[in-house]
Amino acid sequence: MLRQFGTNEFLFILAAARWTVLLSLIAFAGGIVGGLAIALMRVSPLKILSATAGGFIQVFQGTPLLMQLFLVFFGANTLGLDLNPWVAAAIALTLNASAFLGEIWRGCIQAVPRGQWEAAGALGLHYPSLMRYIILPQAFKIALPPTVGFLVQLIKATSLAAIIGFTEVTRAGQIINNATFKPFLVFGTVAAIYFALCWPLSHISMRLERRFAAASAR
Amino acid sequence: MTYTFRFGPVLESYRELLAGAWLTIQLSAGAMLLGLVVAIICAWIKTSGPKSLRLIVNGYIEIIRNTPFLVQIFFIFFGLPTLGLRLSPNAAALLAMVVNVGAYATEIIRAGIESIHRGQVEAGLALGLKPLQVFRYVILKPALRTVYPALTSQFILLMLTSSVVSAISADDLTSIANNIQSLTFTSFEVYLVVTLMYLVMSLAFSGLFSMIYRMTFSYPDRR
Repeated sequence: MLRQFGTNEFLFILAAARWTVLLSLIAFAGGIVGGLAIALMRVSPLKILSATAGGFIQVFQGTPLLMQLFLVFFGANTLGLDLNPWVAAAIALTLNASAFLGEIWRGCIQAVPRGQWEAAGALGLHYPSLMRYIILPQAFKIALPPTVGFLVQLIKATSLAAIIGFTEVTRAGQIINNATFKPFLVFGTVAAIYFALCWPLSHISMRLERRFAAASAR
Repeated sequence: MTYTFRFGPVLESYRELLAGAWLTIQLSAGAMLLGLVVAIICAWIKTSGPKSLRLIVNGYIEIIRNTPFLVQIFFIFFGLPTLGLRLSPNAAALLAMVVNVGAYATEIIRAGIESIHRGQVEAGLALGLKPLQVFRYVILKPALRTVYPALTSQFILLMLTSSVVSAISADDLTSIANNIQSLTFTSFEVYLVVTLMYLVMSLAFSGLFSMIYRMTFSYPDRR
């Protein structure tokens, strides 16, 4: 006996959206901290720091996110920890976001004109204050559009947490689809929820990009 | 720490792992080629096609780029059979990958096409080339050259994303890993090995792409 796809089923999927949003926000917040650290290490004059950050980025950008999720999820077992899928997904997505944001922001820091670095050096600013007062504020402006764009990637990436059994929107969709067998309706609804979350962000990112492109062309 | 690592059972199944890696490579290469064709057609429509088609292409791109790949796979794999079109997991995986990468690559190639100077096109037409010849020789090749790095990193990302097709149990590398781990209970070990295999594959693809670049696009630049 199949269930019908009714209001309750729809609300079940919609309610799971809060977990998608929460997981995205946690990974984004963690990624901002981790990404800043990675970006600063990457542009550091110390070879050992920049090589370490480079290796971190290469590993996380060169392997599938799903594998990173599995390694955190099953790796915790080898350390004797029992992570639930929720924590494992948050950790894996944070590490992944750190690598991607780190690489994006490295580019933005290096896009600040060379003269700015030299002028700050000539004014006698030390490396930390040079970064803090001269480079990072200017890099922030360049970084904003791609960072918002990455948030879209991150929201979509949280769907992979469904595979390790965390009930966010995609998993909720699978559960309802198994009960109702209305795949078009169910996954259409799921897709529509992601679309509603991502599309506005995509457009903000595109707008910002155009505005900054116009500003720097002047 | 009481856990003892057991890589033995993983290494014993190296044949299956290599077969899985080969299928991942085949799926990815197929999706790259077909996706490139889709993207070139869609990019042509977006830059110089009829208005009604342009709306459809825009809708396609926005929908694909703002929904997760996993949901797209489920939509295709579970949805199409209700329309009477039953696909094997591997075929559904390939279709989903082509549809997905086509949308991203369209935007990349469109950006390349728009970077071509108007005068180039006019010069091509003035030399008596037909519009399609102008597109093929004057616009497309330099456009692909300009966006080559962006396009190829999108392709490598596609290869990595293809691990998600294990969710519908295609026979790709990740599915094989899932099978091995459920038979031998060596989950961490098998995923560690497979992760390294993906890393090697992504480095190999990126080496291959720079070789293709040198063979195809390394003519002197006069700009």
